Formats: sequence, C-alpha cells, structure tokens
Amino acid sequence: MSRDFDAIIIGSGPGGSTAAEILTEAGLSVLIFERGRNHLIDLDNPAILPQRFSNDELKYMTRHFLGPDPWAEPRTFRTSIADGDRQVIGEVNNLPATVGGGGVHADGKLPRFREDDFLVKSELGAIEGANIADWPVTYDEMEPYYARAERLIGVAGRAGANPFAAWRSGDYPMPPGPPMYGALVTSAAAQKLGYHPYPAPTGVNSIEYDGRPPCNNCGFCAYFGCPIHAKGDPVAPLRRALLTGRAQLRPQSHVSRILVENGQATGVEWIDVRGERHIELAERIVVACGAMETPRLLLLSGLTSEQIGRNVMFHMQTFVFGIMPFRVHGHIGRSVTHVHDDHILVDEAARAAAAAAGLPWIKGGLVEHCSPSHLIAEAKQYPWGPQHKIMMRESPMRDRLLGFCMQGDDLPQFTNTVDLDPAVTDIWGLPVARTTYQLHTHELVASRHHAAKLAQIMKETGAERIMTATSPKTTGDLTTSHSEISQVPISRHVAGTARFGTDPSSSVCDPWGRLWEAPNVMIADSSLFPTGSGYGPTLTLVALALRNSRAFAA
Amino acid sequence: MPAFLTALQYSILEAVCARLVPADGAPDGAEIGAVDYIDTLLGAFTFTPPRIWAGGPFSGRFGGAASFSDFEELSPAEELAWRTRIEGSLGIPERERLGPVAGLQETYTRSLAKLGEEILSLDPAAQDDRLREVSDFTYLVYGHVCEGLYGAPEYGGNRGLAGWNYLNYEGDVQPRGFTDAEVSGA
Repeated sequence: MSRDFDAIIIGSGPGGSTAAEILTEAGLSVLIFERGRNHLIDLDNPAILPQRFSNDELKYMTRHFLGPDPWAEPRTFRTSIADGDRQVIGEVNNLPATVGGGGVHADGKLPRFREDDFLVKSELGAIEGANIADWPVTYDEMEPYYARAERLIGVAGRAGANPFAAWRSGDYPMPPGPPMYGALVTSAAAQKLGYHPYPAPTGVNSIEYDGRPPCNNCGFCAYFGCPIHAKGDPVAPLRRALLTGRAQLRPQSHVSRILVENGQATGVEWIDVRGERHIELAERIVVACGAMETPRLLLLSGLTSEQIGRNVMFHMQTFVFGIMPFRVHGHIGRSVTHVHDDHILVDEAARAAAAAAGLPWIKGGLVEHCSPSHLIAEAKQYPWGPQHKIMMRESPMRDRLLGFCMQGDDLPQFTNTVDLDPAVTDIWGLPVARTTYQLHTHELVASRHHAAKLAQIMKETGAERIMTATSPKTTGDLTTSHSEISQVPISRHVAGTARFGTDPSSSVCDPWGRLWEAPNVMIADSSLFPTGSGYGPTLTLVALALRNSRAFAA
Repeated sequence: MPAFLTALQYSILEAVCARLVPADGAPDGAEIGAVDYIDTLLGAFTFTPPRIWAGGPFSGRFGGAASFSDFEELSPAEELAWRTRIEGSLGIPERERLGPVAGLQETYTRSLAKLGEEILSLDPAAQDDRLREVSDFTYLVYGHVCEGLYGAPEYGGNRGLAGWNYLNYEGDVQPRGFTDAEVSGA
C-alpha cells in the first residue's frame, strides 16, 4: 500500500489541530481523522467560515448534538475494583466528538499554569498515596509556546491583572471583553475580603481578530458551538493547516487502532460512517483524542506499557452558590468573565488545614465566578404543580443565583485508571473506555478548606442563602457541609493517562511526547500531564503540542 | 393531526401536562405546547429529516435568515441510537448491544393506558394523586414538559413563545446578541 500522507493525526480538537498547523507549516502532508461530524469549517473552501451552530438548549444540552451519543459510544465508570466491572454505563465525562473537539463546547477560559505547576514534586514534595512527578519541561521553556498559543488562538486578557500569574513575555493579543454583572458583584465582595479577582484569560474575541468578529454576548457559550466564530475554537489552526493545501480533514471517520510492528507505527485502521474498515499508512502518527480516548486507543492497538491509562485526573469541583435578592442575568455574556487564583497558593492556612489532616500540603484551584443561564436545566430542578411557575418566575436557581466553581487540583494516583471495559462495546464493536476513580484525601481536605472561604465571600455579596456542593460527590466525616451531585466527576478537565517523563519505567511518553514503545507516535493532548494543576488544561496542552510538534516534524 | 399519539392519548396527556404545570395567569403546560412537543419527539421519524436536531445558525427571531426549521440529517449510527431511544430495541439485535431498551413510544403508550380515560373525569386533586402513583412516568413526562415549554418552538412546543414570554426571557438572540451595557448593567 502506498503512503499518501507524511503524517496521520487522530482527533481534530485543540491538540490535533495545533499539530496539524505545525506539521503542515514544516512542509509535511497530513491527514486528520475526526470521529465526529463537521459543523465548524468548510472543507471545500476553508477561507469561508460557515455558520452552523445555534442558540438551542435542547440540541446541545439534552440531545447530544456535538456527540458522542451516550448509547452509541458509551463509557463506563466505577469507583474501585471492589465495585465490580462497572457501576455506570453511558455518559462519563464526555467531551464533544466533533470537528474542533473540546474546543467547540468550551467557553474558552485559557489560563497558563504557574512555574511551580511543572515542579510539584521538587517544590511541594510527595504525598503518600499520590503518584506525583515533576514535568520534564519547565515554565521558562514553555513561556514562548504559551505566548504563541495565545496569539494563534486569540486570547483576551490583561497582563498584570493577576498578581499570582507566572511571568510573561508580553501582553495578551486582545483586551478583556465586557464584565458580566454578576461577576462584578462577586468580584467586589472578594476584593473587599482581600482576594484578587481579575478578568479571566478567555479565548473569545473582544475585538475583531484573525478575520473573526468580536463576541456579541449571546450567552450560549459553555456547552455550545459559537454561531459567529467569535470563539478561539480550533477553526483557526485547522483553517491555516487546510489552506496550505497539505492537509486533509476526514470527519465521521473513527480510528479503531494504530498498526504497530517492531516498535514502529505503520499506519491506522479506521471505520467509515457506514461501518466499513480501511487502512491508511503513514510514517508519523499523532494521537490527540483526549485523556480518556487516547489511552483507550493505545490499549486497542496492543501497546503494552503498564503505565498506559494510569493516574487519570479530573478537577475536583467545589461549588458555592448564593441566592441573591436581585436578578443577575447570567444568560447575558460569555458565561464566565472573572476568576481568582488565591486558592491555588499553598499558604500558611492551607498548610495548617493540611497538617490537621496528616498531609504536608493542600492546593485548591482556579475559582470561576459564574451563574447558570439555561431555562430547561433550571426548570427540571423545580417540583411539578403550582410551584413550577412560581419558582420559574422567582428563579432562585438561575436568574438570582451567583456561584463560585473552584477547579480543585486533583492528585495523580496509580490506581485511578482508564482501561478497556471487559464487556461493554461501542456501536463499532470496540471495547469502551472504563474509568476507575476515587478522590485522594488531599482533594477532600482542600475542598472543605476552600469552600469555607468561598462561603465567606458569598456572604459578603449579600446572598440570602448559601449552598455548597462538590463533584464528584464526597462521603464520610470530612464532608458534613457538602451535598451530593454525583460520583462521576463532571469536570471536563481530564488529564494524565499517558504521562511524559524521563524514565520509561514510570512514564508512557518521552520528554517530547513520543511513545517510548513506538517513538514515531506522538501524543498531543492532556494525557501527557504528570500533574494536573488547578487550571484548565487547554492552553497548556496547545503550548505543549506547539513545542513537541516542531520536534516531531524534524 | 398528531405525529404519534392517538386522539385519546393526546387528551390524557393534555390533562397530565395541565396538572404538571397548571395555569395561573400564564397558560398551562398543554396550552404552551408540551403535548405537541412530546408528540413530535415520539413521532420524530415520521418527518424527513427526523425532528431530532433543529438547524442553525439563526431562528430569524432576532435577525438573520431563519434556519431552525431545516432539521439536520442523521448518520446511520445516529439514526440507530435515536430510533433505539424512541422506538425501543424491539428484539432487533443491533439495538440490543447494551441489552433490551424500552422505547419512549412504548413507555408512553403503556403508561397513558394505565392512567386511562378515567383520569379525564377526575377533579384536579385526584388527578394529582394518580400522577403521584405513577411517579416514574410522571418524572419522565415532567422532564419532557420542561423541554417543551422552554425549548425552541421548532421542536413542537413553546407555542407562540408563551414559555419564554411569561418569563420575559429573550430566547435565542443571535445574530443580535446583547450590548456591553446589557452585560455589565444591573
């Protein structure tokens, strides 16, 4: 069989589309496989930006338009081996299966990590039961790639607004967009208590940028594709890659395995929309399927490292909500406009809370100032009967609700895994990804410690009632102030299942993201992360894909 | 004419929806279109393309060419998933990969028969008692009622935008959007 492309890229999300841009820039021809549908880009004329996405809660929030369908392509979940083969079948932490991947549905908060996020083991130290490792790259080495990623995606923000940020070589390419009313209320309260809220670095245009218009604040941001291409979703890198004439994007084409012989990948097997199988050969393979589908594909391909699928991390989300005596109209604006980083610091109070629980340190995460915005989701929370319309009019759970969501750092654990479910298959007959996951005591202690602080801020806003919740749900005596949502983490920030490092016995990939077992395969997603940090993974995985793809093309 | 429901099923469901969301100055759930929404969902495959995903980008309510009514085509895999969900697995092997699935059509048909024509002649309090007796079904219908009241009208509900209007909710605002002053002001 002939090789029609120099490289195959599996997945068209932020990591895969970045790899496509860099590899085509280096003169390579690439074929991009995407299992989902294409609504993002005009494949015949990439210069045109098609408008296909819409403000439609049913389509995106209820009916899985961005995929994957939880019956056709389910995942499974259990909290430990003791729970049997699985407890849940269906939707487990799904990121979109669509051209553009997770970059399509995200509301685009794109923070950088801090210097110490790359050196957790050497700077903060090990914690019993956690599999903490330093990254094989430092922030100083990453900074130019962060800067380039912000320019390529188009990130709006203000340098210097966050006193805890890592150093940066220049300002953001755009100023922040307009602040949401609710975020102004919570930010004022936070400031009064000595916290440091700032405009969230956001991949949403505040001015015309890269030929795409400024955001018009429609409010259908998180979980929706942008109807006007104001989001810094992967349309930009995909468009640049396609316009070189050296890239082809093949949607609704599911890669079922990588063909590996004698420590080298030779190509992939893929399934078309009718279910027929094909082979495509190439000398380089980039895997960018996300931190749950990437280890699944490596295992389906017969790769054998004991490390594959280990250390899966989510963010432990801690929510503190306040019901306000006034309307906050969270449906007007770009979902989240303000955040604060104070809870990421390992300060004296955090060390004291840690010591009381027998831990050396605890770390929280970025706190988003947020407010719910969708009517159907709200309505389903209220009881039926005469109460329904009274509640909808008063809207305590939407139009009068302000919230904090802390993206709490989740420590890697060797026993938290993604593997192949022994019986459940997808519509193509392939075993699905199974997650086995439990919180470490660290997350519980950090959540409780910081939830109390967030509740103090919420009290300062004048909230009538304050509620706390976490995801995943927490149990036991540490959690008396928490209510339950679910044991499956709802955070879409997933990482860690194919970590990179300097030692093949404790990592899946080398310091350039290439598989130790098959070095012509590179991973370009958050699977690589040795630790998770309290920040969303997207900008960091894009910066890493920029760095690693350049080396991979050489 | 309904896409799936019989005239009797339609009447029973009207009574149910009027109890789940009663009139109170604003119309009741059936009057806002919840039954038509459910009927359109149950009969989604009587339309071409099926009424699963409305089109985009704009409804025309705030400018732009209206395209929500141009429903999306489904791929073979998507059609299989949605037919399984709506029609049930019906003993068809490819629909029973994860075990037998009771379709929404069967669940509605069976449960409406269980509620029976007699619910129409009960007083509201007795109707509520019946709904509490079939709480699983009531929970299912209530979820669909919420979707029918507050989803886009192209899916069959939210008649005349009544579900959005009684809440002064704008709905889909593209391509107009909101001004910076509307974002930041009280």
